[in-house]
This record gives sequence, structure tokens and C-alpha cells, in this order.
Amino acid sequence: MAPWDLETALGGAGASVIYLLIGFAFGFILESAGFGDSRRLAAQFYWRNLTVIKVMLTAIMVAMILIFWSTALGWLDYDAVWVNPTYLWPGIAGGLIMGVGFVLGGFCPGTSLVGAATLKLDAIWFVVGAAVGIVGFGETVSLYNEFWNSSYLGRFSLPDWLNLPPGVVILALVSIGILILGIGEIVRRRIHGDLDEG
Amino acid sequence: MPRRRNKDRYWDPYIAGALLGILLFLTFFLTGHGLGSSGGVNRVLVAVEDLLAPRHVDTTPYLAAIAGGERDPLDHWIVWQVAGILVGGFVSGWLRGRVRVETRRGPQITPRTRWAMAFIGGILMGYGARLARGCTSGQGLSGSAVLSVGSWAFLLSVFAGGYLIAWFFRRLWLPGGDG
Repeated sequence: MAPWDLETALGGAGASVIYLLIGFAFGFILESAGFGDSRRLAAQFYWRNLTVIKVMLTAIMVAMILIFWSTALGWLDYDAVWVNPTYLWPGIAGGLIMGVGFVLGGFCPGTSLVGAATLKLDAIWFVVGAAVGIVGFGETVSLYNEFWNSSYLGRFSLPDWLNLPPGVVILALVSIGILILGIGEIVRRRIHGDLDEG
Repeated sequence: MPRRRNKDRYWDPYIAGALLGILLFLTFFLTGHGLGSSGGVNRVLVAVEDLLAPRHVDTTPYLAAIAGGERDPLDHWIVWQVAGILVGGFVSGWLRGRVRVETRRGPQITPRTRWAMAFIGGILMGYGARLARGCTSGQGLSGSAVLSVGSWAFLLSVFAGGYLIAWFFRRLWLPGGDG
């Protein structure tokens, strides 16, 4: 049953090729969606173009449905899948800082790589800045290790938290997601009419 | 208007989202974990630090966990995956004629201002992504798809932070005289 241990199945080099291909597809899709263009990404926050939220929510909804279907069918062992452990407040603090960085910088880390790969100079400056921030974190985290490791809840999923079956949670999330996309598009049109540019 | 032409050649966002969702699922199915990017960049940078100042890396717990002693920070799936992002992004842009030296910016600012803001925004993004143990891809996209509580809280925080601050920096992105 999936997931498989690629390194055992294919050897180190074989596994690396798979990861390279996965990354290739990821970068290709991001660029094809227009995520190499900072104006298009930033437009999200001014209700001028909602591509970011449309792509992200659609991807999350599709992936979670497929993951939990294949689990229900017994093809995938959800317990063996990596679920990002919850460190609630460090995650929220990091998220808020990133939101500000998104508006100022016009990218998130993944999209900046795609922008830099297509020679957008603003993306290259962003990548340099991100490198400074990443190294800066490694050098300063020891000053507040306690906070960084605080509010640790381990592998903690929404169905655990709400005490509901995964299917119900997913149905609710998909409904909310479709609602957000629908309302978002209505608001965008109210503000900007048919103008839809990044 | 080349920009209009470019825009029309971008994929429909729902189709791109669906394809990304299928890719994310396949990644989980094949490998047991999701997609990432800032983690890979982190490892490359720690590898550089390890070359320049191995003692320092060995004595800083956070860095030592990645590259202490004989540990090779580059021997990790996410490094290959990040290399793939660069190649995939380049090939996609190249096929569509979008590989071009240019600076994308709002009409009210100079390229120089845009670079400075991109640099500052990058610092915040890089720092925040490590603080949150993942960026929009590794934490937001992947963690949310497997229903992690922390990942959903993180994703909402990113958008909350962005929307809260956007108005104050509207001059960076919007045309003049427009809200």
C-alpha cells in the first residue's frame, strides 16, 4: 500500500530523479498559471485578479479529496503520510510575517523561484532577500527557541480537532472553498468590473 | 500590448489548480509527503554556511541538526525538488516566450524601488517561512491538503497578514488615482 519508500524501491539516484520530475511539474504548473509575475500575484490583495486563491483552493480541494478517497479505498495509508505537525503560534506568527512579505515583495518562496527562472529581476532580488531571511532565522532562532517550540500539538488534523469523520470535514471545507471563490469573484467584479488583469 | 497576450496564454486558474492538486496527490501517494520550496533553499544555504564556517554550524543546534558533523544537508528529497522547480519554471516560460530580463512592478514606482521592496519582502518571507516551518507550498498547500490544523491556521494567517497590510502599500502595485 502507498506511500512507498522510494529510496528502497528505486535506490537513491532513482528517487532523486522522481523528485526532480515532481519539482519540474510543480514549477511548470506555477509558471503556466502566471505565478512568475509578481504583479499578477500581488493583484490578489487588491481584488484585481484572484488567480492565487483560485489556484490554491482548487489544488487543496482536489488533493484532499483524492487523498481521502484513496485512503477510504484502502490504497493509501494516511497514517504513513506526513502531516505537518502543529506548532500553533509560531505558525501563525510566521504566517502573518509572510503575509506582509507577500505584499511588499510580490512573491512567496516557491513563486519567486519560478520568477527568477524566467529572469524577472524583481524575483531575483526577492530570492536574495529570502536567502538573507532564511540565514537570519537560522542565526537567531536560538534566542527564542522556547517560543519556536511552543504550542506543540503534534500530528493534529481537523477531524481530530472537530471530532468529526474526515469525509464530513472535507465536504464542509469544499463547500466553504467554493463559497469563498464565488463570493470573491462577485466582490472583485463589484469593485473592478470586467477588468481582470495582473 | 504584449502583457495582454501573455495573460491570455496563462492557463485557466481552475485548470491549473486542478492539475496542481493532482500533482500534490501523486506526490503524497508516491512519497508520503507533499511539495515544498523554502526548505530546499534553506538546505542549500546551510550547505554554503557549512563550507564557510563548519565550526559555527556544528555549534548552532538548529544548523547542526541539518549539517552537523558528517551530515550532508543536500542529501534530501526537497533539494532535488527545488532544482526541478527552477527547471520546470524555466521550460514553461521558455516555451511561451516569457523568459525575458524584466522587472514587473506597479506603474507608480521605479524598478529600483521595486527591487528594494522585493528584497525587503524576501527577507520577511524567508524569515517567516522558517519560523512557520514551511512556506506557502510546504505548509500552506501540502499541510492543508492533509488537513493539518496548524497548516490551516498558517494559511489563514498569510492571507490575513496580506490583506491587513495591502492598503498601506497600495502605491507599490496600483495605478495612480485608483484607491
